[in-house]
Amino acid sequence: MGAGDTLRHSLWIAWKDLLDLWRNRMAMVMLILMPLFMMVMVGYIFPTESALENADVGLANEDDGPLGIAFAQNLTYVSEESGLMSLKDSTGFDDIKQRIRDGELAGGVVIPSNFSSNLESGTQAVVEIVSDQSNPQISLLLQGILTKVIEQMGTWRAIANVSFQLGVNSSEALAIVKPYTVETRGIVPGNPSYFDFVAPGIMAMTVMMSVMTGLPHAISYEKEFGTLDGMMVAPIGRLSIILGKTIAQTSRGLIQGLIVLGLAVLIFGVTIQGNFLLLLFLLILGVLSFVGLGILITSVARDEQTASMAMMTLMFPMMFLSGVFFPIQQMPVFMQYIAWSLPLTYATSALRKVMILGADVQSISTELIVLITFGIVLLAVAVPIFKKAMKK
Amino acid sequence: MVEAIVTRNLTKKFKDLVAVDHVNIDVKKGEIFGLLGPNGAGKTTLIRMLCTLLAPTEGTAKVAGYDIIKEDGKVREHIGLVSEKMIMYDRLTAVENLKLFGKLYNIPKDTLEKRTHKLLKLVHMEKWAKSQIGTYSTGMKQRINIIRALLSVPDVLFMDEPTLGLDPQSTTEIREFIKRINIENETSIILTTHMMVEADMLCDRVGIIDRGKIVALDTPRSLKRIIGGEDVASVDIEIPNLTNEMLEALRNQPTIVSVVRENETHLLIRAKGEDAFDDIIDTIRARNGKIAFVKSLEPSLEDVFLHITGREMRAEVSSKVKSFQGGGRHGPPALSRRVR
Ligand SMILES: Nc1ncnc2c1ncn2[C@@H]1O[C@H](COP(=O)(O)OP(=O)(O)O)[C@@H](O)[C@H]1O
Ligand SMILES: [Mg+2]
Repeated sequence: MGAGDTLRHSLWIAWKDLLDLWRNRMAMVMLILMPLFMMVMVGYIFPTESALENADVGLANEDDGPLGIAFAQNLTYVSEESGLMSLKDSTGFDDIKQRIRDGELAGGVVIPSNFSSNLESGTQAVVEIVSDQSNPQISLLLQGILTKVIEQMGTWRAIANVSFQLGVNSSEALAIVKPYTVETRGIVPGNPSYFDFVAPGIMAMTVMMSVMTGLPHAISYEKEFGTLDGMMVAPIGRLSIILGKTIAQTSRGLIQGLIVLGLAVLIFGVTIQGNFLLLLFLLILGVLSFVGLGILITSVARDEQTASMAMMTLMFPMMFLSGVFFPIQQMPVFMQYIAWSLPLTYATSALRKVMILGADVQSISTELIVLITFGIVLLAVAVPIFKKAMKK
Repeated sequence: MVEAIVTRNLTKKFKDLVAVDHVNIDVKKGEIFGLLGPNGAGKTTLIRMLCTLLAPTEGTAKVAGYDIIKEDGKVREHIGLVSEKMIMYDRLTAVENLKLFGKLYNIPKDTLEKRTHKLLKLVHMEKWAKSQIGTYSTGMKQRINIIRALLSVPDVLFMDEPTLGLDPQSTTEIREFIKRINIENETSIILTTHMMVEADMLCDRVGIIDRGKIVALDTPRSLKRIIGGEDVASVDIEIPNLTNEMLEALRNQPTIVSVVRENETHLLIRAKGEDAFDDIIDTIRARNGKIAFVKSLEPSLEDVFLHITGREMRAEVSSKVKSFQGGGRHGPPALSRRVR
């Protein structure tokens, strides 16, 4: 049996699978909805800065002096302008604490009673930020914003003081007060959001799930239904069957991956920096690296249900450990080792580099080599096991 | 090639269960060979091994002259399979299904189209050729399923319970179709069934399989002769006022081998010995039973099964009893008489 025959037979099997999918209305709807759900879910459940839009923050001014009142007015003005938070009058720390517990406030600011007197006597004045540690994400964001705003207000005050005392203009005063300043220059044009970070990973994941669940399903289903016998008893290579199923599932996965990409670009404003063809190639390579795993599980599992369960068990850790949602560098060291042994990690990393950084083939060579090796080794192990299992 | 199928000690074990137990059969070229046995006898397992779908635990077999283990690829080129479950895709049309399998057998386009057309016509399905299989009745599906197995013009055709669950009309047509293929193409056919009539009607030779073992193998006629000399009476009898007491009494008669209650008033009885027939009638009469109808049946393969294994085959396949009775014009000749 030549390679030509093997390929031709597998294409006919793929044709059959895709025709069957095309005519299965329910499956088609799911095919489109799944990536949609995935994107919307990820797009909206993860905290971004905009999550802090108009957060209610308590403001308690315990200071009667003019500087305290002025500070409070300034803070109110800045927060209203920025739209990040909306200040609510409060009587003090205990009141803020109570209202955070009741869910009315996200945090608070307290101007202590010695605020004016400290400033007037030439001492540093303290502003207290009340933070809710039970909600670390929000509390961190709030702290950051409040700190920035209050520091900025301090800088203004310092500039005013310096320019008055030294008789210099305000930009000279700024250089005295803040001799250093930081300017961030990203390597990616525009202003990439968390979404740009997750979109490549979600693409890789969608394609992976499509193949990892689709392949065992497609094979076990036909096995249970008895139609697999039709192919097994035909004078075709066993590889044709695997290849045919793989081609069909890859196409399905690619369609889903492209839906994710389309949504990311059109709705979530993600921009593709790299070569689109390279992206496509990476997606296909990602799929092929999972095929072996899919076949292995199909061969070992007795029926469709067992296969699906095994898939799910494998997929969940992969989803969270492969740097799709969180950078791997943030994980504990031993988790990082696990992460770097999963093919999804490499697929995600390569896709991310190409999509956001506009990387070329050379800069993702490590990922390419790992993915290809992974795919070949797993396939080499899986195919003989598959052949044997089918004859049990 | 002299023999279509040769098996030597062919055995399949599933853990402790011996599903097929050292089977030795020779199926001649051009023959229709029946494998007859109750559910779970091992018919499907045997067929699957011969089709290279299942690896034997022990023993060997040659199909169409090729070893099923060493030359499985060659075997596949020469066989067709109609398995218990239909090998068809519901969302594809008949033509698309046939096209797929034709392509897998490397049949050239023109030949494939011609054959598809001819076969569809043979089973009267041209009108439905472009409808999805999912819209078919079971009988229609099975017609397509069978011609699918014939597309490659196999030398050996395996049919695992080809008429199971079909309506009477489809059953009759498919049986006739099987005969026709066998004659026209000289296709060797091995078919499994648990229906006596079917084996009786279609097969040149029948192997009776029980618990994985071939317990008898001969022509249907010779098999029936095994018990013919023993004065076995097979009686189909209707008693409108049948009681449990009557049933017990019949069962306790030493000459009566078995009693199967078909429904409220209907019994199937087998008895041995010269006076068997009289014994049955007397036992019923003695308990004031009215006999509305009696039909004496010629010994069937079912009796052979009972005779050889000592077990009732019908009890295990009670749902299929009706097809035995409804054998129609092809059924065994029945001797009916009214009793005064
Ligand atoms: N894959 C299998 N695993 C375990 N036992 C099986 C398997 N296939 C069949 N059997 C058992 O082998 C016996 C023969 O089954 P089968 O060949 O299907 O019988 P038949 O076709 O005559 O009804 C049955 O007891 C059945 O339960
Ligand atoms: Mg069976």
